[in-house]
Amino acid sequence: MYYYLYRLVSAFVTLFILSAIVFFGTVILPGDVGRRILGGLASETAVAELNRQLGTDRPVIEQYSSWLGGLLHGDLGTSFSMRVPVGELLAPALLNSAILTLLILVLLLPTAIVGGVLAALLRGRPGDHLITVSAMAATTVPDFVIGILLLLVFSLGLGWFPTSATAPAGSGFLLQLHHLLLPALCMVIGLGGYVLRMVRAGVVVALESDYTRTAFLKGLSPAAVLFRHVLRNGLMSTVAVISSQIGYIFGGLVVIEVIFNYDGIGRLIYVAANQKDFVVLQTGIIIVGSIYFMVSILGDIVHSALDPRTRFKR
Amino acid sequence: MNDEARREPVLRVADLRLAYRVDGELRETIRGLSFQVERGEAYALVGESGCGKSTVAFAAVHYLPDNTVHLGGQILLAGQDIRALSWQQRRLLRKSVVSMVYQNAATALNPTMRIGDQIAEVFLIRGFSRAEACLGAEDALRKVRISDVGKVLQSYPQQLSGGMQQRVVIAMAISASPELIILDEPTTGLDATVEAEILELLENLRQELKVALLFISHNLAVVAQLCDRVGTLYAGRMVEEGSTSSLLFNPHHPYTASLLRCLPKRGADKWTEVLTTIEGLPPKPGSILTGCVFAGRCTLVKPECRKGHPEAIVVGQGQKSWCIRAAEVPAMAFERPKQAPPADQKAPPLPPVIEVRNLSKSYGHGPNKVQILSDVSFAIRHQEVLGIVGESGSGKSTLAKVIVGLEPADPGSALMLMGRPMARLLEQRDPAQAGAIQMVFQDPSDSLNPKHKVKTILSRTATKALRLTASDAKQRTFEVAKSVKLDPSHVEYYPGALSGGLRQRVAIGRAIAGKPQFVVCDEPTSALDVSVQAAILNLLVDLQRHEGLSFIFVSHDLDVVRYISDRIMVLYFGRVMEIGPAEAVFSGPHHPYTEALLSAAAHLERKEVSKNRVRLRGEPPTHRFPPGGCVFHTRCPRKLGNICEEKAPPRQIGGNGHEIACHIPVNQLGRTADAR
Repeated sequence: MYYYLYRLVSAFVTLFILSAIVFFGTVILPGDVGRRILGGLASETAVAELNRQLGTDRPVIEQYSSWLGGLLHGDLGTSFSMRVPVGELLAPALLNSAILTLLILVLLLPTAIVGGVLAALLRGRPGDHLITVSAMAATTVPDFVIGILLLLVFSLGLGWFPTSATAPAGSGFLLQLHHLLLPALCMVIGLGGYVLRMVRAGVVVALESDYTRTAFLKGLSPAAVLFRHVLRNGLMSTVAVISSQIGYIFGGLVVIEVIFNYDGIGRLIYVAANQKDFVVLQTGIIIVGSIYFMVSILGDIVHSALDPRTRFKR
Repeated sequence: MNDEARREPVLRVADLRLAYRVDGELRETIRGLSFQVERGEAYALVGESGCGKSTVAFAAVHYLPDNTVHLGGQILLAGQDIRALSWQQRRLLRKSVVSMVYQNAATALNPTMRIGDQIAEVFLIRGFSRAEACLGAEDALRKVRISDVGKVLQSYPQQLSGGMQQRVVIAMAISASPELIILDEPTTGLDATVEAEILELLENLRQELKVALLFISHNLAVVAQLCDRVGTLYAGRMVEEGSTSSLLFNPHHPYTASLLRCLPKRGADKWTEVLTTIEGLPPKPGSILTGCVFAGRCTLVKPECRKGHPEAIVVGQGQKSWCIRAAEVPAMAFERPKQAPPADQKAPPLPPVIEVRNLSKSYGHGPNKVQILSDVSFAIRHQEVLGIVGESGSGKSTLAKVIVGLEPADPGSALMLMGRPMARLLEQRDPAQAGAIQMVFQDPSDSLNPKHKVKTILSRTATKALRLTASDAKQRTFEVAKSVKLDPSHVEYYPGALSGGLRQRVAIGRAIAGKPQFVVCDEPTSALDVSVQAAILNLLVDLQRHEGLSFIFVSHDLDVVRYISDRIMVLYFGRVMEIGPAEAVFSGPHHPYTEALLSAAAHLERKEVSKNRVRLRGEPPTHRFPPGGCVFHTRCPRKLGNICEEKAPPRQIGGNGHEIACHIPVNQLGRTADAR
């Protein structure tokens, strides 16, 4: 219990440091907010007036503390560039990203687990080499390269999929799915290779363990050995890996949402950074950071539920 | 099963030849092995590591690595050729004919499954209902003498002690109602007291269940207690076979005889005999051996030994030796050279090299504080070996670490080197003091840097501790290599390329390279074969005598401690129970705990003595709830009454510095008749 409390407190401290880094990083970037919004042709006085209205002419420390104070009172602030409350921007973006992430996980987990277990069972044989080498290759190619290749081949070349991930308003489930499949696939390939190799490693250790030998020599059938003894132990590390990769998924979302023009949290953060819209950028990153910590704590809880060793210390 | 099958031995291995394929090359490990285990018989296979014992055990259940190649021969399990069966038929055999007990019970049990479910599984696959399986699991735990069945059923393996885990594995093995149980080093790594309990349990189960045992062990003393017949395995061949008593007391093969001569005899010490070692190493798998497999290391070897495998010679009732000079073996056995104690043993005693006063060590704070060592005091004189014995959890290793300064002792503890106080932590000691104490660990493969050549390992210590120039360090390296009996060519190797015994010599060399005054050895021979153990013990005696070194020697093997030590300290739950001259501690009068340890230790000469074993009740106490008064009262077979629970025992000091912490007057304490 103390452990989770400690994790929670350290999460808050980390988030605070994160917000400071992002804030001062944004300030260092060239240009000012008013100029970005009004464009190069606007007069100095108009820019100065806008900056005064937005409060971006104040000293940076003051801007930061007023934003942080607002956040602590539940006020997410107002976007500089779009002039709407940040909450109204974030909520739909988060929902969109959540849908995409869900699709990614639904495709990724079964593939990676089945592939990893298969490779582990075939360890040392040609089938294993085929699976592991493909997985490794998939991991080494950057997300944006995969994304662009998929776009070129399947939507621009073959025309099977639309180029944009955003389905027309009011479209049904299948049509939405059709739009989302390509961007999801892009992440599944990149991350799936990594998760697959983790699954394989965990299952190999479990397969070669003494308790698996015990199970075989009890006279259990190979299937019973696999499902009752090997998988639970072998997939334990995968749970930890997946929850820690949530940061990677968000990083990937920025790239694929931009490439596929999808209105999710990643693209929102990207646009905000371009606009120097520091309120949206900050709040977006803090929310992403909070989700990251929540998922990894959740991962810990699931892991300890699966592994009795973490519950009892002799 | 028909009558004919009933008359078949439960296991028959006939001219078995197995090899492992490594890098496309066949390496023969089992070279034409034949033996059989009769129904209800306990048969032991003994030999050094690398002789193929475990390969035979796993071949019998057909659970071998994928790169195993069958070159010839047969294994008949309950009359059925195990190789000719389909995997479903082999499953049937595993379900109800043969089961196994493994060396490391902790890893043999599934860490994420409750004990009850793991045992019940054995019944479920045999077609019992869930309710019957649960009852069966309960019953099995009762059969292995577990008292708190309900709690154990609900536990996970890691919540149990090592001895309990092994009981659970045995419970699982008997749940299959097998005709044969294969035991692969089932007591290796367990404390002597726990080992004695497991052996007793196995013996009782054998009587109750009429089950045959194939017992794989390197420990001849354990075999002597449990088995009817023994086969000595060497390089994948049987070299001698016979009934336990005839083979162990009247060996007719040089290898069996040599193995027996490596063991310190009960009550023997280093001044009365030098241990015999077996020169060289067992042949590597795949090496081409024409003639007798043992010829390369045999002291009786003759040119004709190298021509063709020797035929078996019947040397006694049911005893066979595959040696052409079998008749000459009894004359060679047990001629041990004697040596005189060093002259300065009689000289006036020098000040203690190490003195420890009121040493305590605890971890944690407040309610989480655990006291590992309490009020330990002793001194070690110049050129003296202090042996430390006790069960696991007694604080032996912690004491070693605290003296070396790897862990700080609690404030108030006094550590002195040559009469000068020492800081509690190694970093705070002055360089001379830090270099004066060195340590040798149990596992040399973990404690030597694998990326450094042996000469680097040795010369670095020498350079640092003695501030030598490069050429002097080189000189010292060769001196050290010579004194730990390493071949000069060995210094060019990396530790990984050396055998376990050679590696431990390097570890000892590293410890002595800086000319320390004092070396702490923590179980230095526990991971080694008996032949290698003998060589290491001889080496330590040499270093004590010629280099004037003092040692602490921590071990759970009582005969080894008795052999090497001048004085012995017995620890229980972090307290000194008894300390005194080795001979006095072993012959008594001794502390009830020492008495229990001594009577639990397996040794060759005593099948019948085990009936009079001093039994300890229950499990060792936990550090969270330490017992009051005398810490041993919860398990003491000679507890007097309330006084033991309420009052810490007095230190009764006898002659020769023999101290016993017990409420029982010294003249009423036990003695061990057969100690000397």
